[in-house]
Amino acid sequence: MYKYDQYDQAMVDARVEEFRDQTRRRLDGSLAEEHFRPLRLMNGLYLQLHAYMLRVAVPYGTLNSDQMHALADIAEKYDRGYGHFTTRQNIQYNWIKLEDAPDILADLAKVEMHAIQTSGNCIRNISSDHFAGAAADELVDPRPYAEILRQWSSFHPEFSYLPRKFKICVIASDTDRAAMRLHDIGIQIVKNDAGELGAAFYVGGGMGRTPIIAPCINEFVPLDQLVTYSEACLRVYNRYGRRDNKYKARIKILVHELGKEEYTRQVEEEFAHMLEQGVEPPLAELERIKTYFQDPDFKTGLTDRADRSDPDFALWIDRNCHKHKAPGYVSATISLKPVGGIPGDASVEQMHLMANLAKEYSFDECRVTHAQNIVLPHVEIGRLHELWTKLEEAGLGTPNLDRIDDIIACPGLDYCSLANARSIPVAQKISERFAANGKADELGQLKLKISGCINACGHHHAGHIGILGVDRKGVENYQLLLGGSEAEDTSLGKITGPGFSEDGIVDAVEKAADVYLAHREDGERFLDTYRRIGMDPFKEALYG
Amino acid sequence: MKILTGNDLKTGAVTWWDGQDWSLHVEDAVDVGDKAEEIMGREESARRVNVPYAIDAELDGNGKVRPAHIKDRVRALGPTVRPDLTLKPTEPEALNWVI
Ligand code: SF4
Repeated sequence: MYKYDQYDQAMVDARVEEFRDQTRRRLDGSLAEEHFRPLRLMNGLYLQLHAYMLRVAVPYGTLNSDQMHALADIAEKYDRGYGHFTTRQNIQYNWIKLEDAPDILADLAKVEMHAIQTSGNCIRNISSDHFAGAAADELVDPRPYAEILRQWSSFHPEFSYLPRKFKICVIASDTDRAAMRLHDIGIQIVKNDAGELGAAFYVGGGMGRTPIIAPCINEFVPLDQLVTYSEACLRVYNRYGRRDNKYKARIKILVHELGKEEYTRQVEEEFAHMLEQGVEPPLAELERIKTYFQDPDFKTGLTDRADRSDPDFALWIDRNCHKHKAPGYVSATISLKPVGGIPGDASVEQMHLMANLAKEYSFDECRVTHAQNIVLPHVEIGRLHELWTKLEEAGLGTPNLDRIDDIIACPGLDYCSLANARSIPVAQKISERFAANGKADELGQLKLKISGCINACGHHHAGHIGILGVDRKGVENYQLLLGGSEAEDTSLGKITGPGFSEDGIVDAVEKAADVYLAHREDGERFLDTYRRIGMDPFKEALYG
Repeated sequence: MKILTGNDLKTGAVTWWDGQDWSLHVEDAVDVGDKAEEIMGREESARRVNVPYAIDAELDGNGKVRPAHIKDRVRALGPTVRPDLTLKPTEPEALNWVI
């Protein structure tokens, strides 16, 4: 994986010292909160419901074991013994003291991490496929491209005060495991008929208040123009994005209002102009970055069969392991969704264990997924049972990937100051309900996503079943959505009708699941059945 | 009644104006009547509180202060999904007070 060079390290270290000074001045009163707030936000420090919250960037979700250990140490030393992995492939701590924040950033810098650009109207952490560099179906490892964009976008002076926040995603397979088309810019590395690699640009997607699926504005940008084209997309947005209205300030609104054709025309015009200026980093830089993402030393001649005599283990393999490009290996997903647990939360002990397992079984690497789980990307099939046994002992062996109990849930009203309703208790109740009624097995793939407000951090628009918490006269209420998908068949869920109480929404999810079970045809997932039969049978069951 | 809440500047802990100082316990909150702005201005300048604001509250059946909005009740107790991290880890019924 990428290693900081002297410039990266110097920039991050300088930022730590700068923030230390800013914090000191806030604490001694020379900086007022109104002046300090934007400075702390630039360093990922929010003020949430119970304390300060620190959001740490995990570039494209990739961590080595030292970094995971450091994250655990921070949870232990400065927080309350746990961290929360987010849908942006980052980690958040909920109980941070302002006076500790500079020391935490210094600890992060020691393992080449930071919290820069995890808040504010700038280009945020670049997200990617959590199986990058491992998946059998990828064209290339997308992370070198994500990394060059990370370097380009870090402290980019022109894009530090955009109209709104900006999220970029890079993938390199037709299967979308990163919600690519629901980003401000989604990039898919593709091959043209001549066999050359290039980048397809999808611009103006997003969830939130106005969910939009990004249209493709250019099917093939040569890779030696990747940064320039990205810059052109940003420039047009930076120039015309709606700074006058926070709710219309995301690029999706600009692309939508201008129309894809006009926006693309302006980008192409800007692009042509910028090509003359030579802003693209030399290809040698991309090649340098690629050397950090070379395949680890995969062994050859490994067995591609695991002993499946233990049915629990066999189930975990079937559900939580993904096909690897190297024979004899798989990518194994550690579910952070035990029945009744808090989606995405991991204790200090669990984080240390995952770090150790990454070192022992996965070439020192792990990944954070947008579904709030952790991946060990390169595990020998022959050692899977050993790994699984250790996970089981630590309560990390839940075999439920992409099933109804593998729920994405944002922090919601239990932690988030923007929330309208709690998300986590709803997730817990649904997972407990389906564990008790035994239907989870029958349902197969069913992605359920919950947000505590319209900001959609819990990706509710993209859930096969989505739940949105709303405030109805001071009481929590939950809207139900059906038919969303964040995958290559991206779609946006539709609201079924009037909302439900906290217990009512659990019943409603079960009713929707029952409609699927009653109507499904061979091989259909919940989403397929919904798309075939439409909303009416579900409405009938829910409100009839 | 109107009560004042904010966060401790150094620790971020949720605090409530008890008439003299900022308490961690909402039970200590006092009705500030029409003095909210005056108290908040003074206290914030003295850095005894960060981003204070006034909220509506009422006295519950036991005569204890209960913020009108669930968000402030969650702030007053702690996350409902981690009773062990709330201010009343040994009182599971405290969660009913929030909801
Ligand atoms: S969706 Fe809303 S409630 Fe949930 S984390 Fe985002 S802002 Fe907070």
